[in-house]
Amino acid sequence: MRHHLVLRVIAKMLIPFILLFGLYVQFHGDFGPGGGFQAGVIFAAAFILYALVFGDNQARKVIPDKALILLVPLGLILYAVTGFYGLVFGGNFLDYNVLLNSPKAGQHIGIFLVELGVGITVAAVMISIFRAYAGRTRAIDDEDW
Amino acid sequence: MLDMVTIVDVVLLALLSTTAVAILLMRHLFAVVALTGAFSLLSAGLLVTLDAVDVAFTEAAVGAGISTVLMLGTLALTRRRESRPPRLSPIGLLVITITGGALIYATPDMPKFGDPNAPSHQHIIPSYIKGSQDEIGIPNIVTSILASYRSFDTLGEVAVIFTAGMGVIILLGRRREDEHGYSEDVAAYPLKEQNKPKINDETTT
Repeated sequence: MRHHLVLRVIAKMLIPFILLFGLYVQFHGDFGPGGGFQAGVIFAAAFILYALVFGDNQARKVIPDKALILLVPLGLILYAVTGFYGLVFGGNFLDYNVLLNSPKAGQHIGIFLVELGVGITVAAVMISIFRAYAGRTRAIDDEDW
Repeated sequence: MLDMVTIVDVVLLALLSTTAVAILLMRHLFAVVALTGAFSLLSAGLLVTLDAVDVAFTEAAVGAGISTVLMLGTLALTRRRESRPPRLSPIGLLVITITGGALIYATPDMPKFGDPNAPSHQHIIPSYIKGSQDEIGIPNIVTSILASYRSFDTLGEVAVIFTAGMGVIILLGRRREDEHGYSEDVAAYPLKEQNKPKINDETTT
């Protein structure tokens, strides 16, 4: 893709905004449309765009495989730990009311943590699946298509 | 009668059907994948007119973006043309006609779009809508249902995504080249005899 100047410039310009939008969807999900799953796929789409335009090897420098493989279970663990946290404080599993002083504050922090967990796992899984495919494909000349 | 939303809906649905027919008729799989992405993007537009913006996000990012890229990746590993031209199968035509007819026949019985008295908006939903304000205190009812009232379901969904990702990583996640000198061809066809890693021969003999 070295010679696709327009693609490279436009992608470089777009990626920060895609990431920012992903963060907005993630952390504004209580108020606007969105949530962890949507934010995760938008985030993953930005990284996949980067990998498509600048190459798989370059993308692996941004998020190394070892970090990615840790992020995949991390989100799920964060979700489950939030659930068990409610148990520890005398509520039911995934009961956020007991997390903080007031039930509403507890609900807020609980939903925040749970959505963050969803976002981390979804983004990491999507990037991992892309890499699993990209890592098996040899580089293709434009004429090949 | 002919308001803006209806016009947009009709145009989007017409484009959707055109894309679907084009996908059916095409033999070159690269074009089919590109059209599938366009189909997803049009569906995302349709979901926006239905006020389901969060679903539209997902459809645009996953359907038009990520899954298109994954299908291109699959194409690069396999062939780019459909091998066998499709034949018109009378049984398939009959099944499609009956199913489609039944669906169209049942459509007028559906509750009107956005009807507050629809069965899907009764039962526990009013208490969710009320509780989202009083108990949870966030304006987005979808988030409060997904992340709080039905949190257990969402945990299961994340576990499903985790499991699916792990399955793909375990089955396909080998690098193009690793320290044993695997080449690209070896990674693509690991079972071919000449592609067996040399390091094994040295250690076994």
